Amino acid sequence: MEYEPVIGLEVHAQLLTESKIFCGCSTRFGVAPNRNTCCICLGMPGVLPVLNRKVVEFAMKMALATHCRINPFNIFARKNYFYPDLPKGYQISQYAEPLAEDGYIDMDMNGARKRVGIIRIHLEEDAGKLVHDEHYPSSYVDFNRTGVPLIEIVSAPDMRSAEEAEVYLRRLHEILIYLGICDGNMEEGSFRCDANVSIRPRGEEKFGTRAELKNMNSFRNVRRALEYEIKRQQYVLESGGQVVQETRLWNDPQGVTHPMRSKEEAHDYRYFPDPDLIRVEISGEWIGDVRDHLPELPLAKRERFVRQYEIPLYDAQVLTASRALADFFEAAVKECGKPKTTSNWVMGDFLAHLNLERKDMADSPVTPRTLGEMIGMIEDGTISGKIAKEVFEEMWASGKSPRQIVEEKGLVQITDTASLEKAIDEVMKANPAQLEQYRGGKDKLFGFFVGQTMKMTKGKANPALLNELLRKKLSKE
Amino acid sequence: MELCEYTIHELLDKLSTGETTSVEITESVFRRIDGVEGRIHSFITLLRESALEAAAEKDREIRQGIRKPLGGIPLAIKDILCMKGIRTTCGSRILENFIPPYDATVIGKLKEAGAVFVGKTNMDEFAMGSSTETSYYGITRNPWDLERIPGGSSGGSAAAVAAGECVASLGSDTGGSIRQPAALCGVVGLKPTYGRVSRFGLIAFASSLDQIGPFTRDVEDCALMMNAIAGHDKRESTSVPREVPDYREFIGKDIRGWTVGIPKEYFIEGIDPEISSALREVIRTLESSGAAIREVSLPHTDYCVAVYYIIAPAEASSNLARFDGVRYGFRSREGRDLLEMYKKSRSAGFGAEVKRRIMIGTYALSSGYYDAYYKKASQVRALLKRDFDEAFRECDVLLTPTTPTPAFRIGEKMDDPLQMYLSDIFTISTNLAGIPGMSIPCGFTKGGLPIGAQLLAGHFEEGKLLQVASNYEKRANFEKRRPAL
Repeated sequence: MEYEPVIGLEVHAQLLTESKIFCGCSTRFGVAPNRNTCCICLGMPGVLPVLNRKVVEFAMKMALATHCRINPFNIFARKNYFYPDLPKGYQISQYAEPLAEDGYIDMDMNGARKRVGIIRIHLEEDAGKLVHDEHYPSSYVDFNRTGVPLIEIVSAPDMRSAEEAEVYLRRLHEILIYLGICDGNMEEGSFRCDANVSIRPRGEEKFGTRAELKNMNSFRNVRRALEYEIKRQQYVLESGGQVVQETRLWNDPQGVTHPMRSKEEAHDYRYFPDPDLIRVEISGEWIGDVRDHLPELPLAKRERFVRQYEIPLYDAQVLTASRALADFFEAAVKECGKPKTTSNWVMGDFLAHLNLERKDMADSPVTPRTLGEMIGMIEDGTISGKIAKEVFEEMWASGKSPRQIVEEKGLVQITDTASLEKAIDEVMKANPAQLEQYRGGKDKLFGFFVGQTMKMTKGKANPALLNELLRKKLSKE
Repeated sequence: MELCEYTIHELLDKLSTGETTSVEITESVFRRIDGVEGRIHSFITLLRESALEAAAEKDREIRQGIRKPLGGIPLAIKDILCMKGIRTTCGSRILENFIPPYDATVIGKLKEAGAVFVGKTNMDEFAMGSSTETSYYGITRNPWDLERIPGGSSGGSAAAVAAGECVASLGSDTGGSIRQPAALCGVVGLKPTYGRVSRFGLIAFASSLDQIGPFTRDVEDCALMMNAIAGHDKRESTSVPREVPDYREFIGKDIRGWTVGIPKEYFIEGIDPEISSALREVIRTLESSGAAIREVSLPHTDYCVAVYYIIAPAEASSNLARFDGVRYGFRSREGRDLLEMYKKSRSAGFGAEVKRRIMIGTYALSSGYYDAYYKKASQVRALLKRDFDEAFRECDVLLTPTTPTPAFRIGEKMDDPLQMYLSDIFTISTNLAGIPGMSIPCGFTKGGLPIGAQLLAGHFEEGKLLQVASNYEKRANFEKRRPAL
């Protein structure tokens, strides 16, 4: 029998606010344990939470970007359970009346448009982190992360393959980063994903029993875990068994999913409205204000790039992978007015250098202005494309402007006929045998003469002019 | 009369004229404590040294002409309020060694007002109780009859004021924990409107019901204490940003033409006849002040206790989850793994009544029961509020007994939680509705036990309570007594 997977994802994204959701502590990552804590996020007796409004605003951006309906009254609820990383014994989250509901994300699946529904987006606080001692039977708790704001984005069970799930996750990730509300770092846990997956015979309407997958900390692992789990469930069904509703953990080294101990998942969270927080009122005016300040989103930007710059869709996709890259490209085009050449340089040498050195866009020694200037110099014939490669290397290494580099190194293209002709004459004189063969009909040797002359001029010859002069000179007796 | 027996306003007069000093008052308080504390046990922690130091500092300020609203007045604080650097137990073993690194907002405000802190008073564990018998630190006795309870949960704060172990005190009231002990100890107690006094630093029992309020010897002192503690607090979301009047201005103002409502559901069979007759006397006195008396109905009164004993334990079960032995407080050394550590710490750290309420609350919130219990209770709570809204459309204040009986005997109700819960039958509705309520002394039983009358008003109408109470206080003709200790 042929089976069809049904997948829904729950994503937790840490919001990039300066301070925590219910106290004034910093959200900065990587400081010494328990440095970013106070009596409030430590859950000391008698302390009370006060909502950071910036958090609501950040979450509203995501809600609007995913076409959700924002609830005019939000309610915070307590999710009760015991764990050492949860200082109050409950997590402040949302249950009934979450921030936003009923949205969607459109994505491109191999040329076809696919829409995945968003059931809800809600606000909550993150928990701390346990650090286990390898040598002693004891554990330590780091509460720096406690109270860092999170949004949970729950998708509809709309995905039908592990690949679709991965693409959805990447789109979600991209939007969050575009909005500037999440750094998307999966290793540091600022973007986390759980998956619900079931399978059903193709054509069947009813959902099968689902398993919840946890502990996948990369796009690749989400896909691998789903692929494994789909196969596992298929095997269970085909061998006459039944899929059990349970939580399973992805084991990366072994490449399999394991059921979580049932004790750990038997929670009754006893949700109830948090009496310490008043409901959050979100006016139409507030929503309008946030909407007005929403940046252009990836899909729209992609379409605009194709239209406005007349570059191929592929280029537009690469260039809009991040807001910073897209901004870089646009700024460089503004400088030189040559979109396609700029696209080639950005996608080629620029990204290659960036990736090679694992550098951030912000730390790049080449700026949109210098790259644009360099492209301008190619276009006006000051340097050849080949020289430009050398200039680019130097720009990357020194951060200098292309004009300065070209001047310092004497790389200006030779465009004057007399000096080029002189060089050609010398090459001809030095290679009489080849000259004879060429004139004898071996056309392929034209390239040899181009190369030799380029070598003679240290690559500075204007290629078009060189071709023209060579052709004239070589054919002359 | 000893200095420790005067009211705040009398002592402020004496301090400003130089007739006495804060050190003398504070010393008088500690002399009294030395004399009676062994019998009454109002305190869990005494702050003798720091109090005398603070008193000397206040005297220096007074000599420099600095006048603060409570400058140099020795106060006692219920041990549910966090004070920076001072052990705060909440009457529980689980917080036996807990020293908060912060002050509750009200403590900060009292410090600013120049108060001197005598000590932290005894209370029912986590404010769960009506007799101060559930404290891990031993019982407190009623200064009027040492065989009887002082009421609860703020029994220590009430007893300390009655016995002269401080001049005034702070308590907290979730279902009557200020008003009931105030009535049973013969002092004035006020539970303000929910949102009027900041809860920051008050160890939460039931967050939607808890309020902090004063115990004082008279109504004017109550106004002075309210002036010091009321007001908006950025650190509390449920705190209301509303201007605070000078409560002293209501003292002694006329109530001619006002309407005092008598809710018929509060004058039921089973009330001690001496309390009924004392209340009738209060009604006559108010009438003679020119107030009209009108019978009103609060039809959902019957549900109060049931609603309260769902909502309060439900919130408590969640609020008390933080006492897990991980970061502070008591931790059992016996647990072999995390789950055992939790179980053993909480089993040994909490007393029976606290555990009972955690279990009730956990049950009420559990999946499948939430709608039938917590949600339904919240809906009935809304109806109760409406009862009061309607009553206050016709009346300025309502008058009821504070308690159905005077102070009962120690141990009398400890084995019968339901009987214990019913001792708050008249005070619970106030917290559910979020309105202010006040208990004022209105006489004694033949056996010499104090009786309290409860006044209720609409949201943020503490001024009306003070105005009516001060009128009554001025005209009341029961004998002003002090307990014979």
